[in-house]
Amino acid sequence: MMLQVQAVGKSFGGFKAVNEANLTVEKGELVAVIGPNGAGKTTLFNLITGQLKPDAGRVIFKGEDIAGLPPHQICKKGIARSFQIVNVFSRLTVFENVQVAVLSQQRRSTNLFSPARNLAVNETNNILKSVGLLDKAEATSGSLSHGDQKILEMAMALGSEPKLLILDEPTAGMSPEETLATMELIKRLASTQGLTILFCEHDIELVFSVAQRIMVMHQGRTLIQGKPDEVRSNKEVQDAYLGGGECC
Amino acid sequence: MFKGVISLKSLWWQMAILAVLLILPFTIPTFYVYVLSLIFTTALLAMSLNLVLGYGGLFQFHHGVFYGVGAYTVALMLTKTSLPTWIGFVAGPIVAAVLGLVMGLLCVRLTRIYYGMLQLSLGSLVWAIVFRWYDFTGGDDGIHGIPLPSALSSLNGSYYFALIITAICLIVMYLIVKSPFGGTLQAIRDNPVRCAAVGVNVRRHRLIALVIATFFAGVGGVLFVTVERSVFPDLLFWALSLEVLIMCLLGGWFTFMGPVLGAAIVVLLRTFVGIYTEYWTLILGATLLLLVMFLPQGVMGYFQEKFKRGSKATAGRT
Repeated sequence: MMLQVQAVGKSFGGFKAVNEANLTVEKGELVAVIGPNGAGKTTLFNLITGQLKPDAGRVIFKGEDIAGLPPHQICKKGIARSFQIVNVFSRLTVFENVQVAVLSQQRRSTNLFSPARNLAVNETNNILKSVGLLDKAEATSGSLSHGDQKILEMAMALGSEPKLLILDEPTAGMSPEETLATMELIKRLASTQGLTILFCEHDIELVFSVAQRIMVMHQGRTLIQGKPDEVRSNKEVQDAYLGGGECC
Repeated sequence: MFKGVISLKSLWWQMAILAVLLILPFTIPTFYVYVLSLIFTTALLAMSLNLVLGYGGLFQFHHGVFYGVGAYTVALMLTKTSLPTWIGFVAGPIVAAVLGLVMGLLCVRLTRIYYGMLQLSLGSLVWAIVFRWYDFTGGDDGIHGIPLPSALSSLNGSYYFALIITAICLIVMYLIVKSPFGGTLQAIRDNPVRCAAVGVNVRRHRLIALVIATFFAGVGGVLFVTVERSVFPDLLFWALSLEVLIMCLLGGWFTFMGPVLGAAIVVLLRTFVGIYTEYWTLILGATLLLLVMFLPQGVMGYFQEKFKRGSKATAGRT
């Protein structure tokens, strides 16, 4: 068991954004979290990766409770993430964006006197190559298209050499073609690099075709986690989410 | 160490400028030599601020405190103790950096404007102590006639000292900016949340940057003592810090040499317009107004943009 989220909860004021959320991710799996807008998917990811501290419950990663640790420590333990809203270092080049992550992973980011441009070059270029951004390496990241910035998000997460990669709506705002290409990329990363991936996504059909297991959230609560077939045939899920006609 | 950091072409340029500055004192009136020394000193101060402001994204509103503390440390050690001069020169930056560390520990928990407010108030506290503690610091009189070794007591001596120390500090700062630490610092400036998510300890990086920046501000303070041979509480007053902030914005806070240019412009304005009117700040204000409207990236930023245009698109200010 790689990741176990047990009865995690988080309230903002009186509003329970996440309440009794449960999730398990096995090594090598591709797991999706789905749920309507406001179901608490992003909040759940923020609780796992430390941007938010849970009020209740435990987050167990490789046998260790990591709930409440600061983000940089959680990253060092092997969980990296991308963000739903594009969140890159806009004044730095594409190369530098990924290099920051690689240098941090190599614990060289407090190195004061060796020129950065000669460090971690191969590692960074390999990552850029694997996601198809190598030809844009020297472009300022703020000048990239939205789709490319989302891919860069993912490349930065890969720079941390994660055991578990968490992607928060990796295809948000992408065109249908870009979405398909990105999904292919995610599948390829999972198979070729043996990555364990947890992601959330709006496009239900896409999720059912890609994910090995799916967790459904509704109003901050976990309805079910299971194989696509189990989820599809679950009565509760149909009522809450799929059943209400074509929701998206 | 320099491989891949400095291009040969720009190296020639820098060598040429340095050579001109080295022979300049023999050809110009002494007053200009003094003004140039002041520019070097101020430029070093502005550069040190920009390390945390432009590269670190920290609103260090009251950076002058560390300049003043560095200067006062030297002044006090040279007047009140019989220790060798060089110990005072080394102690200045170190005391400034220690103060930077202490203040930083309190401030880095906050971000953006809140950081600036706390830093400003803590800095003003230091100013108040220096201003009021007559027995020790001389209060608003300051300390004058600081004894210096004979090599530094001539105008040319202090000029060369300021020039060489400033040049060395600029090189070291350049290396830092281009190092993994410098790159990470810029990433933190652009997006601290994302940086934490790739495993960077944001607070620790900011704290290290602060200690480095305040150290160099302290070096600036030492240079000030060698140039002026006196210290006064105005060195720690917020008005000077604001002026230094303006230098960075004026020159271009996202460029390396921008603050040097900004410092030169402000010192020249103060010196030469200040001769005719004590309202020289009016000119500074008008310059700043024009700057904000027409050159939001600063003077250096504007030229960099111009040279780059056509080759590739650059990210806008966000």
